[in-house]
Amino acid sequence: MTRGRSVTALIGLVLLVGGLAWGATGLYGFGHYHASYGRIVAHASVPDRSATNSVVVTAFDYRAFDTLGEEFILFVSVVGVLVLLRRLRGESGRDEENVAEEDRRASESTRWIGLAAAGPLVVVTVYIVVHGQLTPGGGFQGGVILMSAIAFVAVGGESMVLLRLRRTSRWVEMAESAGAAGFAMIGFGGLIAAGVFFQNFLPKGTSGLLTGGVIPLANIAVGLEVGGALLMVIAELFDQRLRGRRL
Amino acid sequence: MNGLLAVLLTLVGAVGTLTVAIREPVRQTIAAGFLSLVLALLFFALQAPDVALSEIVVGSIAVPGMLLLAIAKIREQEQSADHEPGEADRGGDE
Amino acid sequence: MSVYPYIVAAWLLGAGLYGVMSSRNYVHLIICLTVMQASTYVLLLSVGYVSHGKAPIFADIPTNSTVVDPVVQALTLTDVVVEATVVALLLALVVQANKRFNTVDPDAMTRMRE
Repeated sequence: MTRGRSVTALIGLVLLVGGLAWGATGLYGFGHYHASYGRIVAHASVPDRSATNSVVVTAFDYRAFDTLGEEFILFVSVVGVLVLLRRLRGESGRDEENVAEEDRRASESTRWIGLAAAGPLVVVTVYIVVHGQLTPGGGFQGGVILMSAIAFVAVGGESMVLLRLRRTSRWVEMAESAGAAGFAMIGFGGLIAAGVFFQNFLPKGTSGLLTGGVIPLANIAVGLEVGGALLMVIAELFDQRLRGRRL
Repeated sequence: MNGLLAVLLTLVGAVGTLTVAIREPVRQTIAAGFLSLVLALLFFALQAPDVALSEIVVGSIAVPGMLLLAIAKIREQEQSADHEPGEADRGGDE
Repeated sequence: MSVYPYIVAAWLLGAGLYGVMSSRNYVHLIICLTVMQASTYVLLLSVGYVSHGKAPIFADIPTNSTVVDPVVQALTLTDVVVEATVVALLLALVVQANKRFNTVDPDAMTRMRE
C-alpha cells in the first residue's frame, strides 16, 4: 500500500472507531436493558408454546422468517462453493489407485479411533437436535456436530469411506435440499392451516419431548441442511487434497 | 459489571488484536481457534449457552478445518505451478 | 465503566478492518473478517444483557425470574453458523483465484488486468 493510501486509511479508521466509541456513550449502560419485546417473548414461551428454551422458540417460531433468510444464505453459499470447486476438480483427473495408496498409509489406531468416535457423535447430534426446544441446542449446533462426525472418519484415514460417501453424494445433496425445502414447507403449512405464514399449527404438548408444535420438525430440517451443507463443503475440499501426493 | 466479565472482555480484545497481528496463515488459524474459545467463554459469562455452543462447535471444527484444507490446496497449487516446463532448471522445491 | 463492552466491540471492528486493509495474503484477510464478525456478536449480546439476569432457559428456574434478552441470542445463534459457510465461499474464491493468477496477494492481483 502506498503512503497516501495508508495515511487515508488510518485517518478513516481512527474516525470510525472514535465515532463508534462516542456513539456507545449514548446507549443505555451495560446491564440496563430497557426494551420490552425481549421480556414479553421470554416470559410467553413457556405458557404459550410449552417449550422451555426461549431462544430456540424465538428463532424457530416467533422469528422463523429471519431464520428462513439465514438458511437460504447458507444454501446459496454452498452452491457457490460447489460451482467453484467442482469445475476445478473436473479439469484434473482423479485416480482411485492414488487414494487407495494413501488409505493404506494411515496407521491402524487412527483409523479405529476415527471410526469409534463417529457413532457417539451421531447419537449426540440426534440428542441435541431433538431436544432443541427444552435445553440449549437446536438444529444449527446439531448440524455442525453431524459434519464433524463424518470428518472424524475422514481424518482417521478411512478415505475410502469418504470416497464412497462422495460417490453417493446425491444422498447428501438430497438431505441438504430436503432440509432447506422442509423449513420453507413448514412455513407454508402454517399458511395453509392457519392463514399466517409460519404460524405454529401443530398441537403443542404439555411437557416432555413432543412440545412446541412445529419446533422439533423445524429443528430436524435445519439440522439436516446445516449438516449436509458443511459436509459437501468439506468433501469438496478434501477430494481436491486426495489427488496426487501428500504434502 | 463484575470482574469476570471485565477480564473476559479484555482477553477477547487482546486475542483479537493478536489474531490480526500474526501474518502467517497457519499460525493465524491457531490464533483464530483460540479467539473462538475465548469468545465462547465470554458468551457463557453473558448468560448465552446456545450461542456459546454454536461458537465452540463452529470455531473449533468447521472454520479451522476449512482454513487448513484451503491453505494446503493453495500450497499444492503453488508446488505444481513450480514444476511447470518453463522452470525445469530448478531442482526440488523448498 | 458501563460502556466497556461497546468499546471492546468497536476496537475489534477497527483492528479487523486494519488487518483487512493492510493485508498481503488473502487468507489473512479472511481471518481478519472473522475478527470483525466477532465484534458484532459481542455488541449484540452486550446490548441484551440484564444485570443479575439468568440464561433464558426455563428448564430449571421459575418462569417469572429475570432473564437476559433471548431475541439477540437467537439472531447471534443463526449468524455464527451462517458466517462460517460464507467463509467457506470466500476460501473457494481464493483457491480459484490462486489457480488463475498464481498469487494470493491482493495488491498483486489488482495489477493483473490482462
